[in-house]
Amino acid sequence: MANWVFKGLRIGVKSSAYPRWPDDAPGVSPGRPVNTPLSSTAAAAALAARCPTGAIKGEDGSIIIDHGRCVHCFRCVRDVEEPASWRQGYEWAVQETEADTALRSLARIFGRSLHVRFVDAGACGACMSEARQINNPYYNMHRLGFFITPTPRNADVLLVAGPVSDAMRLPLRKTYDAMPTPKRVVAIGACAASGGIFGPSFAAADGAAAIIPVDVVVPGCPPPPLAILHGLLVAVERKPPAGVHYSLRETEPA
Amino acid sequence: MVPMARLDQLGSDATALAGFAELFRQRWNREAICNETVRLCRVHCQPDQIIGIAGWLMQNFDYAFATLAVEEMPDAGWALTYVFYKDDRAPWIHLELTLDKSISVVPSLVGLPHGPSVDWHEREVEDLFGLHFEGHPRLGEFVLHEDWPEGTNPLCHDFDAHRHYEKRAANAKWEAPTIVAAPGVFAMPVGPVFADFAESAHFLLETVGEDVIRTIPRFFYKYRGVEKIAEGQPFDRALLLAERFSGTAAFAHGLAFCQAVENIAGIMPPPRALALRTVFAELERLRSHAAAITGICNSTALAVATSQAALIEEKLLRLSCEVTGHRYLFGTVAPGGVVCDLSEVVVRHLTSEVGLAAQQLRDLLQMLRYSSSFLDRLEEVGIVSEEEARAYGLVGPIGRASGVARDIRKLFPYAAYGSLDFTVPIEHEGDGYARLRILFAEAQQSASIINSSLSGLPEGQSRLGDIQPRSGVALSAVESPLGAAFHWLRLDADGRVVRYHIAPPSFANWHALHLAAENFAFQDFPIILASFALSNAECDR
Repeated sequence: MANWVFKGLRIGVKSSAYPRWPDDAPGVSPGRPVNTPLSSTAAAAALAARCPTGAIKGEDGSIIIDHGRCVHCFRCVRDVEEPASWRQGYEWAVQETEADTALRSLARIFGRSLHVRFVDAGACGACMSEARQINNPYYNMHRLGFFITPTPRNADVLLVAGPVSDAMRLPLRKTYDAMPTPKRVVAIGACAASGGIFGPSFAAADGAAAIIPVDVVVPGCPPPPLAILHGLLVAVERKPPAGVHYSLRETEPA
Repeated sequence: MVPMARLDQLGSDATALAGFAELFRQRWNREAICNETVRLCRVHCQPDQIIGIAGWLMQNFDYAFATLAVEEMPDAGWALTYVFYKDDRAPWIHLELTLDKSISVVPSLVGLPHGPSVDWHEREVEDLFGLHFEGHPRLGEFVLHEDWPEGTNPLCHDFDAHRHYEKRAANAKWEAPTIVAAPGVFAMPVGPVFADFAESAHFLLETVGEDVIRTIPRFFYKYRGVEKIAEGQPFDRALLLAERFSGTAAFAHGLAFCQAVENIAGIMPPPRALALRTVFAELERLRSHAAAITGICNSTALAVATSQAALIEEKLLRLSCEVTGHRYLFGTVAPGGVVCDLSEVVVRHLTSEVGLAAQQLRDLLQMLRYSSSFLDRLEEVGIVSEEEARAYGLVGPIGRASGVARDIRKLFPYAAYGSLDFTVPIEHEGDGYARLRILFAEAQQSASIINSSLSGLPEGQSRLGDIQPRSGVALSAVESPLGAAFHWLRLDADGRVVRYHIAPPSFANWHALHLAAENFAFQDFPIILASFALSNAECDR
C-alpha cells in the first residue's frame, strides 16, 4: 500500500489552473467553428450546404453558427476553399434561464459545495466519458466544491446528456422531480441541446428541454471536460456564460 | 450419411471454398455460391433446413454466429441472412432465407447448443420487424419496452421514423418477472439511473441474502433507432450516425461503415490511408482499454491507481485531439481513406507519446500485480467458462479472457493489419483478473502496432477523391475496442441508405453478463460490471 502513496506523491499535482487561469494545454478542447465573414454570399451558402446538421446559416456573405446543433464533423473547415474560422476555447456554456432569487441567495452561501446527479438520457458515451473526466486528477472538480452524488435526493444540479430516448423520458422526469428545490439543470452536448443527429425522431426527443426545464446548456460533441466545468460554474453563477458570439471575456481569468 | 470433413482439414484458400461447396451439396443438397476474393460462401436455404445447417456449422465446424440481417425487400418479401464466421482460413458463410411477405414465422435457433449466441438477435428482429421465431421461449418486450403497442414494428418500411410515435402510457411501476421462489428471497432493482456515471440500464438482482442468484438485465433504455433513422440518408450523413451511436468507439464503427461503402463502390483506399486507419484504430483501442482499466481500479476503490489510470486516459484523449483535432476521433475517417494526414513532426510526437503511455501502463500493471487487496476483488470473480463463451458467441477482450481467440484483425484482415505481425493475447481463466490482463496485454500490443505502422508509413495520398455511389449491399467487420463489430449496409443508386444493420460487440457480450454475475456476492456486481467494460450506447443503438 505504501507504494501507492509514494507513487501518488511522485506524480505530483496535475490539476488544471482553470478557472483561476485559462488552460491552454494542447488537446484539452477540440475547439469549434465560429461566426465568420466570408468573401461572398455564394461561399457562405456553400458552407451552409456542407453542414450536415443545419448548424450553419449563411447570411449576407457571412456564416452564423448554431452551436447547439454543431457536432464537430469538421466539414466546414476541411477540404473547403473558404473554410469557417475555428476557435480554440471551452467556455461554451450558455444560460437559458435566470436563476431565481432563492437560488441566488443559496448560491452565495452554498455555491462552493454543489452536489451533482448525472443522468444518461441516451448519450453516445463520449459525453459520458467527458463528464467522467471532470473527476480525474487533471480537472479534479472536488477542488471547486463539486461532488457527484448517486441519489437525486441530495442533488443540487442535474447534469443531463443525450437527446432523451423515449425509454428515458420517465426516469429523467422522476429523477428531476425527486430533487429538492432549488435545483438547476445543466444539459451537456449537442444531443441534449437540440437532439443532435438523433432527434427528434420516433425514438428520441429533441433535447432535454422537451422533458424538463433546462437552465444551462453546454454545447459541443462532446463538450470537453473544461466546458462541462464551465457549465457547472455558470449554474452557480461563479462564471459568466458565453455570449452568443465569441468575446474576449471568455479567456480572461476570473 | 456423408462423412464429416473438418473445414480446417480442407487445405487453404481456393480448395477450402471448393471443398466446402461440395460438402454443402452432398450433405444438404444446396448450391453454395463462393467468392474466393472475399472468402465468402452464400447458401440459400429452405426454412425447414435452417436449424439443421446452422447447428451443423456451429457444432461440427466450430463456426460462430455473427449476426442476423433482415431486410424487407420491396417485391420479394423478407430476406434473412444469418452470418457465420470461423478463423483465418475458413470463409464467411451467409445462410440466406427468403420468405413471402405473408409468412411471419421463422424457425428459432435458440434450441441449438450455440443457441444463446442467436437468442438476442432473434428477440431484436421480433421486436423491430414483427417476425415470430417459432420455438423461442422469451419473445416480446426487448428493444421496445412495454409501452410500445404490439404489432407496431419500427423497422418496417411503412413506419415513419421522423414523427414522434405516441405510445401507451409508460408503466411507472414496472417490475421484471422474478424467477426465484424461496423463503426470504428478494429482488434488488438497480437502475436505470444508478451509481455515479453509469449508463442507463436496469438490472434486477434476485437474492436470498448475500449471493446474487439471478441477474435479469433490461436494456434498450437508450434505443435511439439509429438503424431506422439512417434509412434514406445519403451515406456521408449516415457516417455521422455510425461514428456517434457509440462515441467511445467512434473510429472503429466509422471505419466499419466506410469499409462497407467502399466495398459497395468497389474501391480500395490508398496504402497510406490503410496504414493511418490502423494507427487511429489502435490509438482508440489504447484509450478505450485505459478507460476500462480506470473503471476496474475505480470499482475496487483503489484511489491512487484510479487516478494514475485516469491520467493515462486523459493524456491519450489529448493526444488524439492533437493529432486528429478531436478527442474521440470524430470526423477522422471517410469513405476512400482518412481525413487527417499526419506530418513528420506529428508522427514523431505520436510515437513518443504512445511509447510513454505504454510504459506508464506497464508500471501500473506491475504495481497492481502486487496489490493483494485489489487482486482479491478480481481473482475468481465473475467467471465465464470457455464453453459458455463459445455458446454465447462472446467477442473481443471478454471472449479472449475466456479462451476464445477470435479477433477480426487476424481472421479477416482490414486496413493494414494483414501486413502486420502481431499475436492475439489469450487467457483461459475467464475471471475478472484474466479480463484485466487481456486489457493490459492488448494495450501494449496496440502501442507496438502504432509504432511499427508509423515507422513504415507509406508515402502518397491519404484519401481518394469523390466517391461515385453505386447500389449494392456489403457486410463489413472490424475489431472495435470492445470486440467484433459487424455492419450490414445496403445503398441505392444515389448512395442513400436503404438498410443499415449494426451488430456491435456490446450486444453480444452483455448477454453473458448474467453468467458472470450469478452466484457471486452483491458487492462483486459493480466490479464484474467494470471488468466487462461494455457500452449500453453501443448495445442499444
